Amino acid sequence: MAEIRYLAPRSLDEAIGAFAAAGSAARILAGGTDLLVQMRSGMVAPGVIVDIKKIPEMTTIEETSDGGFRIGAAVSGAVLAEHARFGKVWPGVLEAVNLIGSKQVQGRASAGGNLCNGSPAGDSVPAMIAAGAVVTVQGPNGRREMKVEEVPAGPGRTNLKPGEILVSFKLPPRPPGSGDAYLRMIPRTEMDIAVVGIGVSLTIKDGVCTAARVGLGAVAPTALLVEPAAKALIGTKLDAAALEKAAEACRAACRPIDDKRGTVAYRIKTAGVLLKRTVAIAAKRATEK
Amino acid sequence: MNVVTNNKWIGQRTIRPDGMDKVTGRAQFAADFNMPGQIWGKILRSPHPHARIRGINTSKAEKLPGVKAVVTAKDIVDFPIEKGAVPLGIQDMRWMCRNVMAREKALFPGHPVAAVAATTEEIAAEACKLIEVDYEVLPWTIEIEDAIKPDAPVLHEWNKWEGKPSNIVGRLEHKKGDIAEGFKQADVVIERTFTTRPVHQGYIEPHACTISVAGDGKTTIWSSSQGQFMVRAMTSLLTGIPQSDIRAIPAEIGGGFGGKTIIYLEPIATMLAKKSGRPVKMVMTRDEVMRATGPTSASRSTVKIGATKDGRIVAARGTFYLQAGALPGSPIRGAAGCSFTPYDIPNLLSEGYDVCSNRSKVAAYRAPGAPIGAYAVECVMDEVAEALKIDPLDFRKINGAKEGTKASHGPVLPRIGYIETVEAAKASPHYNAPLGDGHGKPRGRGVASGFWFNAGGESSAQVNITEDGNVVVTTGHPDIGGSRAAIANICAELLGIDYSRVSVIIGDTQTVGFSNLTGGSRVLFASAMVVTQSTEKIIQTLRERAAKIWNIDPEAVKWENGAAHPSSPNAGQFEPLTLAELADKAPAMGGPIGAGVQLNTQGADGGYGTHVCDVEIDTDLGIARVIRYTAVQDVGRAIHPGYVEGQLQGGVVQGIGWALNEEYIYNKDGKVDNAGFLDYRMPVCSDMPMIDCIMVEIPNPKHPQGVKGVGEVPVVPVMAAVANAIYNALGIRFYSLPMSPPKISAALDANVKQAAE
Ligand SMILES: Cc1cc2nc3c(=O)[nH]c(=O)nc-3n(C[C@H](O)[C@H](O)[C@H](O)COP(=O)(O)OP(=O)(O)OC[C@H]3O[C@@H](n4cnc5c(N)ncnc54)[C@H](O)[C@@H]3O)c2cc1C
Repeated sequence: MAEIRYLAPRSLDEAIGAFAAAGSAARILAGGTDLLVQMRSGMVAPGVIVDIKKIPEMTTIEETSDGGFRIGAAVSGAVLAEHARFGKVWPGVLEAVNLIGSKQVQGRASAGGNLCNGSPAGDSVPAMIAAGAVVTVQGPNGRREMKVEEVPAGPGRTNLKPGEILVSFKLPPRPPGSGDAYLRMIPRTEMDIAVVGIGVSLTIKDGVCTAARVGLGAVAPTALLVEPAAKALIGTKLDAAALEKAAEACRAACRPIDDKRGTVAYRIKTAGVLLKRTVAIAAKRATEK
Repeated sequence: MNVVTNNKWIGQRTIRPDGMDKVTGRAQFAADFNMPGQIWGKILRSPHPHARIRGINTSKAEKLPGVKAVVTAKDIVDFPIEKGAVPLGIQDMRWMCRNVMAREKALFPGHPVAAVAATTEEIAAEACKLIEVDYEVLPWTIEIEDAIKPDAPVLHEWNKWEGKPSNIVGRLEHKKGDIAEGFKQADVVIERTFTTRPVHQGYIEPHACTISVAGDGKTTIWSSSQGQFMVRAMTSLLTGIPQSDIRAIPAEIGGGFGGKTIIYLEPIATMLAKKSGRPVKMVMTRDEVMRATGPTSASRSTVKIGATKDGRIVAARGTFYLQAGALPGSPIRGAAGCSFTPYDIPNLLSEGYDVCSNRSKVAAYRAPGAPIGAYAVECVMDEVAEALKIDPLDFRKINGAKEGTKASHGPVLPRIGYIETVEAAKASPHYNAPLGDGHGKPRGRGVASGFWFNAGGESSAQVNITEDGNVVVTTGHPDIGGSRAAIANICAELLGIDYSRVSVIIGDTQTVGFSNLTGGSRVLFASAMVVTQSTEKIIQTLRERAAKIWNIDPEAVKWENGAAHPSSPNAGQFEPLTLAELADKAPAMGGPIGAGVQLNTQGADGGYGTHVCDVEIDTDLGIARVIRYTAVQDVGRAIHPGYVEGQLQGGVVQGIGWALNEEYIYNKDGKVDNAGFLDYRMPVCSDMPMIDCIMVEIPNPKHPQGVKGVGEVPVVPVMAAVANAIYNALGIRFYSLPMSPPKISAALDANVKQAAE
């Protein structure tokens, strides 16, 4: 009964205009792997859909002159995986994005959609937080930048202002000796939602961890940057004591709920276990290069 | 293993006739059928677990533009409770009419209370919201422990147990010898209590139908089910339309596993079509499937087994409480009747209790009740063997039932293949291989056995020779497991022609004779009998036709390699007459060639299996993974080994899901909290190792090809095999399912804590 208008603007300005004009009835459509599912189940009923996949800036990957990357918000997981260099520089971010759904879902799902959907369990979010990614958002009042960890506001909500669209992710250049990794706990082996997810990014010089960031997902209303865990790692040789301290920091950061996906006790324990495992993989990647 | 002697087609892995359509997306499933002028039906469902329906006002919904018909319980034929049972198969129409549409009370969240047909699905859904239902909300109960408490809210006040209104709606008992005496002789007695959660059959295809009721009352139903005749009979009973006026056409079925042996939508859609004069289409959402169609029972079982030092079981007792859901009928027969059957136990008491509670009505699920019972019995068997320091397979062999054993559920067993499955498991490469290094992850191995009754029953077939000398076989059972391919193998074998010349189709209710539903692992057993007899009649006709042409006695003609031959040189010298030649000459020689046979088939033999399972456990995360699995089963005779293995593998995978992750989770409002495949965790392919199959072939002597049912046994032993393997890996026994990561993790932590104290 309710009519839906579908728009597929060719430029960002056009998209911003259409999105802002439609007001709260409008939804951005990237891959649609969340949005269409939510529409089918009756959770949302948008009056206007603004498809951003026809906008070049939002569907391209660019390696910046400083060695960083700019990834359009609507780039699909499959396209990101095909990029010649991205996965070599940010294997952890790539594996997180590629964990989303199945082969079919990968052909559509984007990191932008994953972040803007606002699920605390979105897989790419902790990895992006660990990577220190910054997003560019644009709205009727112009452009601004936000850290990834500042975007989610709670389950299903973001800190984007009305009319704002997430344009792209910016990942910083990588110093030598860096590596990242993402692990999630799911009861099955695929096609499941994270009970806990952890992204870790490290830089190691002469065996000592000189920089670290830890992102933690599915254990609180939003994905978290766990600074105490990073602090526990920096300046150490990632020995057992340092790992245990970082694991403890992750456990302490958890504010989970008992639900159909896991108990509070289980989630907290798992956060610590995964921290150690993820650090081990990131460290291996950092030192292998 | 799989010895085929002198057979050209029986025992071959032929390509299934429905395969191409299924892999190319051409196959017509229930939701694929559309009719000109069709409108859409939607169901209004109760939001309450338990509520008296004081009134329903549909007038606002009826006035919504686009709405063509509204149906409530008033439009569905009532089978009054006090008038006694009206059985149809394993169902009672008193419960069916109340399950299809709530009458006095809504009994679970999702229970249909009204339905609307409108020009679009959206309008129908909108109209449902306009229906006003006056509910008197009542206290509710879901879990067995709660439902059997003396002060529990009672769903059916008319039901009395020990003189008082109760949710215990049925009891069944199997008894043999004297258990008190038996336990006295035992050196080891172990008694444990187990619980399992409701699990859904998990068929990928949701229930759907399109129904047309013509002006003269002639009704056509396109739907997918496990029995078009069941659909016709139930729809007839619930709508009052005679069976002769209902043509139920079976669509391809996208999974059933027992869950499509009853109907939900057809009577509603029929009444909507009748009232509106338009064809009505209804398709359930996954959410509706999960909330309102039958998962199997949750259970609470206590099993006690006593054995002597030399490994002989002297007594056993099992008490099985199964959750029926909103209306009576949980599969206590499978739990109480199957669980001890693999063993020769002199003193036995096995009881089942049927418990109603405010969740959706249970529907059959693969060997209904048997896996629940076997889980408890086979875990205790493992503990007794361990206490006696006997290999668990040897323990089973010592006590194994064989020809002449009086089974707990009554019959004296014929020649069965149980012990052979134990021996084959013991000799298997799997059982003899080391567990291997888990690189820090403990590994373990477990075994378990299982039994299922298997069934015969009514089947009809028509075999026709086409004018060009090929064959069309029509049977009346929806093909869920590859039965068309197996039937083609048999028919091609008997006629001595190429498999590709036999086309097997599933007839609708008005074109083939009554055939009972696809269930009880009965389809190939029964349909092979009627197809064999039909084909033999045709061969007799073919011999007579050749005899007439040659002018010799029909007894002097033999049928071989697809042609009539003189049976010996004495009979005369004639060139063979092929099937094609005889078909060509048919008009002049007596008319079309074909035969049909209808039987209530008898002589089905039960099925037995023994499984070996290896697990590996990530102890930090509590994740158990099955890394190797072998299912051994007495399959009678594997007419099509590929699809027999498919049945074994499918059953095992469902059992692993049941063991490790699948469960219905209810929230504090009594509603299902995981009504979708995201949070109802069925296994995915990558969770599974290759499931190895060992087919033991002990033919059923009462069947022309030796067939035994194979589809249900393979789910029976699985949960116990997995639980026993996890015990072997961790030294911890789990007495409740699922053995999900949080549960395993908590048990490991408790162990560490205990060790520290
Ligand atoms: C079968 C299946 C499996 C899945 N498995 C996983 C999994 O393993 N892990 C996981 O994390 N997720 C999973 N998901 C969820 C989903 O695929 C991801 O969240 C995905 O990243 C969403 O991306 P999308 O491009 O499809 O988003 P869309 O559905 O297009 O959008 C999601 C939301 O974000 C908004 N949005 C999108 N882009 C922008 C933008 N640029 N600016 C502002 N708002 C925007 C939309 O309006 C919408 O509200 C799964 C989904 C399915 C269907």
